Amino acid sequence: MTVRERLRQNISAAFYRHGLLCASYPVPIILFTSVSILTCCYPLLKLPLPGTGPVEFTTGAKDYSVPSHEPQGDLGERPDWYQGPPVAYIQQVLVKAAVSPWDSSLVPVDVFRSPLGRVFSLLEEIRNHVYTDRSLETLCLQVTELLPGLRRMQSILPEHGCLLVSPGNYWQNRRDLFDSDPDILKTVHQHEPKGIHTSATLKDLLFGVPGKNTGVSLYSRKRVVTYTITIALSSYDARFVASLRARLKQLHPSVNCTLREDHMVHVHFKEEIGIAELIPLVTTYIILFAYIYFSTRKIDMVKSKWGLALAAVVTVLSSLLMSVGLCTLFGLTPTLNGGSIFPYLVVVIGLENVLVLTKSVVSTPVDLEVKLRIAQGLSSESWSIMKNMATELVIILIGYFTLVPAIQEFCLFAVVGLVSDFFLQMFFFTTVLSIDIRRMELADLNRRLPAEAGMPPPPKPGPLRPREAPPPPRPSPHTITLQAPAFRNLRLPKRLRVVYFLARTRLAQRIIMVGTVIWIGILVYTDPAGLRTYLAAQVSEQSPLGEAGLPPHLGVAPVFPGGDPTSTLSVLPAPEPTPLPENQSQGHGASRPGGAPLTSPQISWGSEDEEVWRRLSFRYWPSLFSYYNITLAKRYISILPVIPVTLHLNPQEAIEMRHPQDTQHAPRSSAKTTDLQTDLTLYKVAALGLFAGVVLVLLLFCLYRVLCPRNYGQNGVQHGRRRRGDLPCDEYGYSPPVSEISPLLLRGHSMDIECLASDGMLLASCCLAGQIRVWDAQTGDCLTVIPNNGLRRSSSSGCWEHRDGWDSLTPTCEPDYNEPPLRRRVTPSRPTLFGDQPDLTPLIDTNFGELPPSHTTVGFGFDFGGLVEKAYKEHEASPTMHFTAPTPPVTPAPPQRRRSLGDPPVAPPERINVSPGEWDSSVWSLELRGNLIAAGRSSGKLELWDAVEGTLRCCNEDGSSGITALAFLNNRIVAARLNGSLDFFTVDINKPLGLLQYRGPPGRASLPSSPCYSSEDVISCQLTRSVQCAHQKPITVLRAAAGRVVTGSQDHTVRVYRLEDSCCLFTLQGHSGGITAIYIDQTMVLASGGQDGAICLWDVLTGSRVSHVYGHRGDVTSLVCTNSCVISSGLDDLICIWDRSTGIKLYSIQQEVGCGSSLGVISDSLLVTGGHGCVSFWDLNYGDLLQTVYLGQNSEGQHVRQLLVLDNAAIVCDFGSELSLVYVPSVLEKLD
Amino acid sequence: MLLSLYLLTAMAEATRLSSNGTAQRGPYISVITNRTTNLLIRGTMLFGVGVFLALVLNLLQVQRNVTLFPPDVISSIFSSAWWVPPCCGTASALIGLLYPCIDRRLGEPHKLKREWSSVMRCVAVFVGINHASAKVDFANNVQLSLTLAALSVGLWWTFDRSRSGFGLGVAIALLATLATQLLVYNGVFQYTSPDFLYIRSWLPCIFFAGVITMGNIGRQLALYECKVVQEKIHQD
Repeated sequence: MTVRERLRQNISAAFYRHGLLCASYPVPIILFTSVSILTCCYPLLKLPLPGTGPVEFTTGAKDYSVPSHEPQGDLGERPDWYQGPPVAYIQQVLVKAAVSPWDSSLVPVDVFRSPLGRVFSLLEEIRNHVYTDRSLETLCLQVTELLPGLRRMQSILPEHGCLLVSPGNYWQNRRDLFDSDPDILKTVHQHEPKGIHTSATLKDLLFGVPGKNTGVSLYSRKRVVTYTITIALSSYDARFVASLRARLKQLHPSVNCTLREDHMVHVHFKEEIGIAELIPLVTTYIILFAYIYFSTRKIDMVKSKWGLALAAVVTVLSSLLMSVGLCTLFGLTPTLNGGSIFPYLVVVIGLENVLVLTKSVVSTPVDLEVKLRIAQGLSSESWSIMKNMATELVIILIGYFTLVPAIQEFCLFAVVGLVSDFFLQMFFFTTVLSIDIRRMELADLNRRLPAEAGMPPPPKPGPLRPREAPPPPRPSPHTITLQAPAFRNLRLPKRLRVVYFLARTRLAQRIIMVGTVIWIGILVYTDPAGLRTYLAAQVSEQSPLGEAGLPPHLGVAPVFPGGDPTSTLSVLPAPEPTPLPENQSQGHGASRPGGAPLTSPQISWGSEDEEVWRRLSFRYWPSLFSYYNITLAKRYISILPVIPVTLHLNPQEAIEMRHPQDTQHAPRSSAKTTDLQTDLTLYKVAALGLFAGVVLVLLLFCLYRVLCPRNYGQNGVQHGRRRRGDLPCDEYGYSPPVSEISPLLLRGHSMDIECLASDGMLLASCCLAGQIRVWDAQTGDCLTVIPNNGLRRSSSSGCWEHRDGWDSLTPTCEPDYNEPPLRRRVTPSRPTLFGDQPDLTPLIDTNFGELPPSHTTVGFGFDFGGLVEKAYKEHEASPTMHFTAPTPPVTPAPPQRRRSLGDPPVAPPERINVSPGEWDSSVWSLELRGNLIAAGRSSGKLELWDAVEGTLRCCNEDGSSGITALAFLNNRIVAARLNGSLDFFTVDINKPLGLLQYRGPPGRASLPSSPCYSSEDVISCQLTRSVQCAHQKPITVLRAAAGRVVTGSQDHTVRVYRLEDSCCLFTLQGHSGGITAIYIDQTMVLASGGQDGAICLWDVLTGSRVSHVYGHRGDVTSLVCTNSCVISSGLDDLICIWDRSTGIKLYSIQQEVGCGSSLGVISDSLLVTGGHGCVSFWDLNYGDLLQTVYLGQNSEGQHVRQLLVLDNAAIVCDFGSELSLVYVPSVLEKLD
Repeated sequence: MLLSLYLLTAMAEATRLSSNGTAQRGPYISVITNRTTNLLIRGTMLFGVGVFLALVLNLLQVQRNVTLFPPDVISSIFSSAWWVPPCCGTASALIGLLYPCIDRRLGEPHKLKREWSSVMRCVAVFVGINHASAKVDFANNVQLSLTLAALSVGLWWTFDRSRSGFGLGVAIALLATLATQLLVYNGVFQYTSPDFLYIRSWLPCIFFAGVITMGNIGRQLALYECKVVQEKIHQD
């Protein structure tokens, strides 16, 4: 164990130092890693590029001998595949045939019918050729039957015999079938695949030349038919081939043919990857990409997510390249198919380490210096990284000892890959990470620069420069110190950044350029020969036939299809037929003599005919052989020099060979083919147009999104709550960086919490059961519990809760029962002095007059009197000064129902007598001020409780309609009732002498020790004014601030009252639904939201409407304003942020279901919303999710319904029966 | 068929989004929260994955002539008999639904690495095991089977590590092996070089790895259902 511990320590220390190093010198280290990567990849240059293109090797035909299997010393430039006999020797006979002179009486079919017909005699000749008892039968490559899947080709391709392919195969090499074939073109084309085809088709296969060069079509303007007869020989007999060549040349001399005959080309084919083999490969790659995607998605809380993801992928890929390179360097050439083991290697190496590193670094305290953060993050994960790596190495080692060559090789690769991956992680990725973290920090420094919207992004602060200085002070404390994961840089809106990025880098142009280059590269790479010939053909077609000196306007000639010779004939007299023009040039296109549209076909031989197979698809030979289940993969064939055959046919001969249907069918079929051609072109054009259109639309759409980013009135941007679910814990046993924000759970209520009120110091909550609890807002201690029914319990439990073991309490209560009548008379006239509010005291005198008699009549001779006298005297001094400014007179000793109880124990008998049921009424509204709790009940009763003592101080039952909302401002309480009336109460506080005297004796022990002297005050609550019909319908919202009381009702109006004199200032009309939310603050901002989803901003001074927006589907549930914006939430669970001055929606945040209404603003840029078991902090300026604080382990499902922001930067929210106190220390700092 | 994988990821993505309440609560979330519908969706997705993997992996086997199907079927695009993919799909759907169910019954939820990247890794390793069984030339069958067995157990240890998973895997692998024996015995198809009664001895290992993989996917899918349902309950 000790060894392990020591090892662990050492590893940790080493990683720490390494982290310091990486973060201190990022540039040199990145350069170093780049150089080492390049060095390790250098051997890769020697490896052949992957691909399936065939490779050629040319030898002389004269001194050819079959290469031996053993590699010889003097290899020279001989490729290593040139060993052993080839699969086959290919002898091609290239036939060019034409009917000449062309006659006006000929129909287009004649162009190819008789030339094709000659193939049979040629075949006959070849088959029967014998040279010194060697016939073709003995030399040729014997094939068996076709693959089972090719049944339909059985009638066409040869079986059980020589592999001899020619167009004659269409007619089973039988002349009679050919002669009786009414439509040759149809026969030829019936085997062609529909649509676009890439590999060799049957037509290519049989004709041996590309389809368009055959001349077998009705509108061929050359009127020369070209085809080959392909013979596959299994063994090479030079003399036989030479005699065959001589014989054919003798029979059909090609006059001007100068084809070279001394070169043999050997073509080596790589391993062919078929579609079927590709599917598993593609699958593994898809899985690989899915893996990479899901992995890199977890990178978070960094400056540039994409950058880091890219770095991670680069790390893995280059480690693979390095491993291949190193293996090559040490002579371990990979024999495995690299493409197929590659995904498995990536999966084995994995991206996990990289992610773990990132998370660990990100979770270090943010106020540390960057290099320290890196070092700490590294060292904290060092042990697990080393452990993982050791495990993997051991597993691979085990794999190595399976002694299976393939697995051994894989393991070798994997080991090297793992080691190089570790190296890169440690050097490359760590450094990139340090740069990223530093950039993030610097970005935060520049974050508060002005003009966030319009200016280009902050100047690059030279992130690469190592910085020794400690992080500078932060300009805006609260966002930064929120804590590490919430440490999101503020930045320009995304759309602007995209625009700037595009503008700065000219990305679009570069992408297009790079794409073009890549495309060209692909073209050249995949089909170099094809491209070359294509280009050559293009050039030759477009060149104005220099040798012949012909005018270039002849390019128009093809416009007139040759299928209508009669019309052309009428224009121009046919030129004299010239069978063989003597001055035929060797050049291209000589078969297109100028001047006359009607020409006699001329056969020419050019250098391009030497290797006619080059113009075919490179799959030509593999596909031909694969029909007979012969693979050419990793093997080669030898192609012998072509034998040219020229055929000239008389028109007479052509006419003789005509099929009776040829003449009548000619026009029709001509039209058909032309149609086919135009159709195909049409399709291509249409497809191209469609594609271009789609691209254009997409482009415009992107442009629109970029330029018109504001989504007016939409249910807007999906702001990133995405990672919410991932946050609590993940599989690495790595819980998200534990915040300094730790929610304080306040438990105690048995049912769901209904009302919540706070004044910053205390917190009062009321649950559905009617129980009111008072908490300390700082510590979260439960101070008092006020149960719903039974005053006795309330007092005792209240006292008991607060002062444990205060024995004398019960005695305090006992004697009071003796005195109910007295209390009733006395107390009303004795408002007490509430210590905090000295201006409430003017009534002392009037009450005082009555006091002594009551005191004396009771006749309690308490020894305590002197003390009380003194206290009263002391107290009297201050109130008298305020006496001159009396508040409106208290309604004198009002009704029987009005009681102000200085002493709770008095009540029980009375309560029980009067209305036992009323205690069951529930609390509908709650307010807390000082240490008085005002509770409005559904029965219409207003109660004032002492928050600390838990005693009922005063009760008012003037109204019978339920109090729906309460406002407690200064010494006034405003209660809004269900029937639409509005009651203004004044709270009077006095410190009656008599009461004190009275209370003295039982509480002998307690009085001196009681710290809360105000609990001894007599508090009365008097109805000063009642506005009976404030609203026609129930008042739903009541807010008071800045001396105004604002009420909103279901009658669609908002009213503004002055608090002092209860005078209605304005009635604001503008909503088309009941008012559901109102916001007013000290700066006289008034906003209201209604059931119609509208939000109105009002000018409180003039009563005019400033702006009016529709923001929500359904009710607006809550409204908050900051200096610059209005935040509203609605029943549609959307939080919208509006610009306050313009009324334009800036963005919206989709909330979780049912959490829409909980909302609070901590500072001008920090918004808090409630969610399921959590509260989320948002950056108001940009709508970024800063952090989510989970309130409890098992509270996932409960959603926060109310959220209260306290003055001391704490947030209180209720979920279910619990309260949670979330302290935001950062804001405290700010306040400090 | 590649689409099924895309579909899977897309659906997972959508599920995840909506489960977090970010997406609009349209009819979609109600569909997701509906228990039967959810089950159906998961079953369909698992079926798709199973069919897809069966096709691809069969292709691997057929290429190396490990399995022989009647010749005329080979030319068909699926390169195996028509009944193989549906069977595999159904089996994988059953397994994928069974795993989370058993987890719930046993009351020990699967805690190890519950995320898509790990599931993808698991699938990749599974394909790799198949690849090895079909393409790597081993000296003898015992070595091949042992290697594959070790790989399969390694797969379980890396991605599952639950006893219930292991038990279920072994049980289903044995059942499937038995079924295959019966099929080959009845001549439905055959193996080129059987070395374990009528089949190849590595088949149980492959089955085991497949069960673990499908169970992993199923659990991952069920994770979303759990989340959504929980949320729904709490909303109510």
